[in-house]
Amino acid sequence: MTEPFIELSNVTLQYGGGTLALAQTDLSIPQGDFVALVGPSGCGKSTILKLVAGLLKPSSGGVVVAKREVAMAGTAPSAAAVGAKSPVRVGLAFQNPTMLPWLTIRENVMIPLKIVEPFRQDWARKRKGEYAERADALLAQVGLKGFGDKRPWQLSGGMLQRASLCRALVHEPQLLLLDEPFGALDQFTREELWGILQTLWMKQRPTVLLVTHDLRESAFLANRIAVMSARPGRILEERAVPFDRPRTLETSYSPEFATLVQQLRMRIAHVRAPGDDDATSLAPSANGPLGAPA
Amino acid sequence: MTALSPQFRQRLLSCAALVSFFLLWEVACLATGVSDLILPRPSQIAQVLWTKWPLLWPHTVQTLQTTLTGFALGVGIGIVIGVIIGSSKLAYDVAYPLLVGFSSIPKVAVVPIFVVWFGAGTVPAVLTSMVISIFPVVVNVATGLATTEPELEDVLRVLGAKKRDILWNVSLPRALPYLFASLKIAITLAFVGTVLAETVAANKGIGNVMIIASGNFDVPMVFAGLVILAVMGVMLYAVSALLESRLTGWAQRKDASSSVVMA
Repeated sequence: MTEPFIELSNVTLQYGGGTLALAQTDLSIPQGDFVALVGPSGCGKSTILKLVAGLLKPSSGGVVVAKREVAMAGTAPSAAAVGAKSPVRVGLAFQNPTMLPWLTIRENVMIPLKIVEPFRQDWARKRKGEYAERADALLAQVGLKGFGDKRPWQLSGGMLQRASLCRALVHEPQLLLLDEPFGALDQFTREELWGILQTLWMKQRPTVLLVTHDLRESAFLANRIAVMSARPGRILEERAVPFDRPRTLETSYSPEFATLVQQLRMRIAHVRAPGDDDATSLAPSANGPLGAPA
Repeated sequence: MTALSPQFRQRLLSCAALVSFFLLWEVACLATGVSDLILPRPSQIAQVLWTKWPLLWPHTVQTLQTTLTGFALGVGIGIVIGVIIGSSKLAYDVAYPLLVGFSSIPKVAVVPIFVVWFGAGTVPAVLTSMVISIFPVVVNVATGLATTEPELEDVLRVLGAKKRDILWNVSLPRALPYLFASLKIAITLAFVGTVLAETVAANKGIGNVMIIASGNFDVPMVFAGLVILAVMGVMLYAVSALLESRLTGWAQRKDASSSVVMA
């Protein structure tokens, strides 16, 4: 086994209000891997992502990214934990495209180049030339050729999400963190973006941590799927996804694929079941998104 | 009639409303025979404006200068305080009651203090208009900064952005529409402050002209001053509204929704 790129060891996280989000979680991801985190609603999937990003610090346990402690229990969460102390470049995309409305799409995509070293030092010199071309090339790859000069409000949700993906990848991050990036999109756009993400991943090979509640999405994209328990979250099971790449939509309709998705579905139904009082309050929202073809 | 664009028709109607307002005023005065000591007719006011213009002009300039100086100082100080308060939760919570306290002081009440400190003249007027225009700027800038979506900041924080980077790239641009909204309020208030101070303790300015004219029962002159103030106020408001639409057009997307592209 290669040395882990991301390692969570015995991580517990309790939010200020007393909510225990994660309990003794262990997770280890080798460099260049593509891991999907799935689990019932509110199980702490996004919390793990934020811990790895250095946006949160654990209550106990340690989070190590590229052999550097991102956040150890007891240390203050430094705003620039990942960026400043370590050379690891991180890309991040949320369900919400979070484009800055006063910038054009191209300028939005170029934001990481303005902030992250070593691109930052050449920002003034290259922003009009090399960097803009780089952003345009990425935009073309996600099907947004010619939209660089548009403003975010001129684009549809699906287009913004494509641009958001470009922004997460423009600085060629070693670590790509995706928090339900396609959650708000329609089925067709979502499936198209799976393919695009797969292509970009195969080209750049960053380590990817994808949080999703779409089981087909996790099975289509990931090398490994980590299934989480209901809150407080723990990782119950890790499943390898054996399908060859590049995977296509046909792959996703193969019997093996359907079996995998069904097994995941049953597993999550099982962890949700043991009469937890949360289930009743979460039921309407939790049933919908998990309703992958079972 | 259908050839007129809706926009043009709206403007035409606005002008018509304005003209008929003055016409109605004129006719009402003539019909009731009310004395010009009570309510002068618009035509009398216009005549005063025309004949006394050489006398009124320096006062107009004075009031305008005072207002703009006070406004500029107020906005400058307001932005600084707003940024400090808005970028830290602690500062926001600590300073807010203090600010509310200061802002609820009627500004008329501070004019005598300024007069005691600086004597009658331009300085109290500038200071009054400054003090009066600080608060809306502070509140708006601070609100704009404090309500930045956490996800917007997270995207930059993960990239290793420093607090300053986030302020420059996210928080400040996002607070701009709030700032401009407050500028429109502040410029109107700055006018109030200036005229207020001029009527109490000044020897120049439209406010001073009006208080002297009213002492002499020269009511048409008082109204002439009022008209000058109204015109200046509208013009300054229009300038800040224009600046706003130029600099923060992205926040007023509704006007341009015709160019929305669908995927």
